[in-house]
Amino acid sequence: MSAAVTSASAEGASRVSPARRAGKFADRWLMPVYVFLALFYLALPILVMIAFSFNDPPGRFNFVWGEFSLAAWGNPFGRPGLEGAITTSLLVATVATLIATILGTLIALSLSRYNFGGRSGVSLFIFIPMATPEIVLGASLLTLFVGTASEPLKTITGGALFPLGVQTILIAHIMFNISFVVVTVRARMQGFPRHLEEAAMDLGANPWTTFWKVTFPLILPGVLAGALLAFSLSIDDFIITNFTSGTATTFPIWVWASIKNNLPPQVHVIGTMVFVGAVGIVVLGTLWERRSERRDRRIAAQEAAREVARLEAAQLSPAD
Amino acid sequence: MTRRRWLVPYLLMAPGILFLALFFVLPNIQMFLMSLSTKASGTGLARTYEFTWAWENYAKALTDFPLQFSNSLIYGGLATLLCLVIGYPLAYGIAFRGGRYKNLLLFLVIAPFFTSFLIRTISWKIILGNDGAFLSIIRDVLGIVPPNFSILGTPLAVVSGLTYEFLPFMVLPLYVSLEKIDRRLIEAAKDLYAGPMRQGGALIGGFAGGGLAVVLMAGFGYLPLGVDHLPAIVLVAAIGGITGATIATLLVSESFTRIIFPLSLSGVFAGSILTFIPAIGDYVNADLLGNPRTQMIGNVIQNRYLAQNDYPTAAALSFLLMAGILIAIFVYARALGTDELTGGAE
Repeated sequence: MSAAVTSASAEGASRVSPARRAGKFADRWLMPVYVFLALFYLALPILVMIAFSFNDPPGRFNFVWGEFSLAAWGNPFGRPGLEGAITTSLLVATVATLIATILGTLIALSLSRYNFGGRSGVSLFIFIPMATPEIVLGASLLTLFVGTASEPLKTITGGALFPLGVQTILIAHIMFNISFVVVTVRARMQGFPRHLEEAAMDLGANPWTTFWKVTFPLILPGVLAGALLAFSLSIDDFIITNFTSGTATTFPIWVWASIKNNLPPQVHVIGTMVFVGAVGIVVLGTLWERRSERRDRRIAAQEAAREVARLEAAQLSPAD
Repeated sequence: MTRRRWLVPYLLMAPGILFLALFFVLPNIQMFLMSLSTKASGTGLARTYEFTWAWENYAKALTDFPLQFSNSLIYGGLATLLCLVIGYPLAYGIAFRGGRYKNLLLFLVIAPFFTSFLIRTISWKIILGNDGAFLSIIRDVLGIVPPNFSILGTPLAVVSGLTYEFLPFMVLPLYVSLEKIDRRLIEAAKDLYAGPMRQGGALIGGFAGGGLAVVLMAGFGYLPLGVDHLPAIVLVAAIGGITGATIATLLVSESFTRIIFPLSLSGVFAGSILTFIPAIGDYVNADLLGNPRTQMIGNVIQNRYLAQNDYPTAAALSFLLMAGILIAIFVYARALGTDELTGGAE
């Protein structure tokens, strides 16, 4: 019997150990290497974009490496219509971000702070625009904007209500950004300290004051993250904008129009600027958040120390 | 004041919901009406349409574009499969081995969102081009493909572009579902002698690997499926099978197959929906990286709307896409709930 046990355990050991060792090896080395390679794959087109912004292409298309040049960086807007397109892009992204952030934050507050009838239905309703292909969002908006000039909507609107242009791009961008803001803000509101609001109310603050003095500062990082996401989605959007722009031109529309007959390195320069700007904002935001966290901890520690000192003093004082 | 408190959440969300009702729901209703309309008068942009219950638009939409429909389903499916194969280990690595670098790694996953999607696709055109880095490695240095081999203009290029574009949409939900798993369950599995997968694992891994290899090669058009090509099919399946079996036996543990994978299924479904549906509707990758033979249904919609002003057919096609999404989302919501989809997990 004891022989059977030993043989079984010996068999177990010999069967398990090479695979176990491979598993350990994979955990130690393969996983980090794989993660690095996958992230490199994700970063590759960005690196190519940055590299080709320094290219002096042999032809009209910036597809093949010619030689290193700073010409495009020296003159980043030096193509007809490019500066106007970038101005439009920035304008649309700024306004759309502002409005979508306000509307989305309100929905996120309502979804995560209150339990009300139809809450999960609203959750689902918010998700659907995010899962809808951009082409359907663009096509349906175009159908609406064109349809306002004919039956049956004409009877309500009385003719062309929505001439295509910057205003229709704005409407489209606000629409697709709302859901993304809701999801970002809601994710950051998990584990929200409700008792702080209750404490403020107990101390006599009205709902308005409580919101601005307690709730808003707490959700601000989430709101800013949502706004940043909205801004970058908006400034990069091509498909929906292509359907709703009419003759207005944003930066992606300009690129699409130009790619049929030329692709100047300026496109890569501006792409690089947008990328560096967005990453810079994220890095600064993270540093700022860390610093304020550290400051909060320091203040808390000082308060605690003062409290301890006061208690100690109080304990000593009854002696007199 | 207190009597009206139940109104507060509705009032808070009213403006945003109203905006979405006006510019998301109403356009889709309008598009549905358009999909059942016929031309009334005029030409070009001044053309008007009349609602006539024209169901034949749907018949036309479904039968006139067989190539684009099959391309969409094949490319979308392959891209989803590749995103899952590439994205799962990445999400796993970040969730379980990310340590204090988790946030940085996640940021790197979404970093592509900070670059214009058009420029990223143009970058792939540069990388995969005939003078590009990728071909010069596999053609000139390694010599595994013939000198006249090109990638641009083939299904491989379109699927590569789609896979790249939607990978973050696969990784993020996978990461969320993996991150939530209670680590004590894995400890418990190990205490109960969960070890490496054995023979059964090799079998499953072998079939999965072999199947994946054949599906990919056939989907890219490099492996014609048919009895005459049986030797080639068997060879491809064997290579894939051996790779799959090796990975399954050496690297996959029972605590993964019994605990981690089943608990991450919600992420697998969410990621697949978020990848497959937009991939089907994409037209930029097919336009920039493909050729006329690789056009997808998105190209048809785009072309009918913006070049030919043939709204009814294009609206019918878009609405078919929309219907597919709604069905997928409702199935998901029935099976797994809605909160996970929108960032809440209470």
